[in-house]
Amino acid sequence: MKPSLEKLGHTAVNAVVYAGGVSTLFMQTLFWVAAPPFRARQVLDQMIKTGVNSAPISTLTSFFIGVVIAFQSAYQMQKVGGEMYIPSLVSISVTREIGPLLTALVVAGRVGASIAAELGSMKVTEQIDALETLATHPVKYLVAPRFIALFTMLPLLTIYADCVGILGGYVVSVYKLGLTSSLYIRMTFEPLVLKDIFTGLFKTLVFASIICMVSCYEGMKVEGGAEGVGSATTKAVVTSIILIIASDAFFTVIFYFVT
Amino acid sequence: METPADMIEVKKVAKSFRGRLVLNQLDLKVHKGETLVVIGRSGCGKSVLLKHIIGILKPDQGEILVEGVNVAALSSKQLNQLRLRFGMLFQGSALFDSMTVGENVGFNLIEHTTLSERAIHERIEESLELVGLKGIQELKPSELSGGMKKRVGLARAICMRPEILLYDEPTTGLDPIMADAINELIVELHDKLKVTSIAVTHDMISAYKVASRIAMMYQGKIIQAGTPDQIRNASNPIVQQFITGSASGPMTDIQVKSLEETEGGSKS
Repeated sequence: MKPSLEKLGHTAVNAVVYAGGVSTLFMQTLFWVAAPPFRARQVLDQMIKTGVNSAPISTLTSFFIGVVIAFQSAYQMQKVGGEMYIPSLVSISVTREIGPLLTALVVAGRVGASIAAELGSMKVTEQIDALETLATHPVKYLVAPRFIALFTMLPLLTIYADCVGILGGYVVSVYKLGLTSSLYIRMTFEPLVLKDIFTGLFKTLVFASIICMVSCYEGMKVEGGAEGVGSATTKAVVTSIILIIASDAFFTVIFYFVT
Repeated sequence: METPADMIEVKKVAKSFRGRLVLNQLDLKVHKGETLVVIGRSGCGKSVLLKHIIGILKPDQGEILVEGVNVAALSSKQLNQLRLRFGMLFQGSALFDSMTVGENVGFNLIEHTTLSERAIHERIEESLELVGLKGIQELKPSELSGGMKKRVGLARAICMRPEILLYDEPTTGLDPIMADAINELIVELHDKLKVTSIAVTHDMISAYKVASRIAMMYQGKIIQAGTPDQIRNASNPIVQQFITGSASGPMTDIQVKSLEETEGGSKS
């Protein structure tokens, strides 16, 4: 009995310590983001790495999800003769939910892992210590540019994913289900209000912060060589995914009642 | 002869990691302009001591004074000002592998000065020449051999013309010839740049070659300090065992005993 209770206690303490560590890093990052000088070159590098290079995989996943949603809703809608509402279903579910969530998960896997592995390797080869001896704060030099890049690129990537998802629905509806092109476009935008897009994008900003902070935190506290880097990378991705989905649920509930 | 001024003073510093005491009330003085070599077994906390001196780690107890200023009490801005007077060579060189050799060497100049690009370029070239390297500015660290990396690391450490140089195991992992070349560089840089240097190593050949004073670290303390000759003739059996590199002696006996004790402890 006692050992398991003790274990539970340890887990709780570790969770609090973890949350504290990530929050501290977040505060430091906000401070260094605001502090001059602005590192345009590094931010641009990171934007390309995190945003532009994620576009191909984002294209594929969003397109297929658009296709899937169109087919799945056709399965039900055809029974009641409501095919003309398929475009609306696609556009609402993609902009409010699937676009932001799927993009964040893809970026967590792709970019989060790479950030944790890169910073982790820098930690074990003493490059992060070296930065400090060269009078440069590691958060300022390594975390802040990545944060700015993710914070700006994830929303852009999400907007792009929304469009591609809707295109996926379009292809299915027009070429397979027999809807006309003009009807699809009209029914996509008719129910869509700005609020749908904005709530989706707001969540994206939270997701971007989660991915960046968790991955950087995991990377910067790596100990014990290659093994440590490996486990930090796994932890960064797993923790990011859990937190993304949990915060998604949280904000969906909030938006349901508030707006 | 007047006594030289103390550049760095380590006063009763204690530090433990996860309950393991690594520095135990450690006292050490480093005189201005000397090269102090701290010797001791691998994992005895020598690197930890260096990281305390440059303020990467903070002591649990005690204080570290650099020209009378307590490092641990400085604000991060003041600490960074102080760090610009330091140069540190890491054991694995710790070059930034996303940057070229030139960007590595000139890191501080690019980050902390307003020098023109040309002036920075000249300074980088000069620093690389001081360590005997030329025309490798555009290479990436991954294209260099271990010895070259150490030299580039050294060039980066001296680029700001520091007053204090810290070397973490400068010769470890190098072939004997390259190790000797690095030793000669340390002596040469000391003479040319008039720096105060602290090197930690377990390589006695290196220690004798570069040191003006040697301090032996054991169980988190400095157990003896003196000129290379004083250390060579030290009566302390622990120092003798270490400098002669003998597998049996008071250092290793204690380990065997404690192992027996823990074994006995686990059985009962």
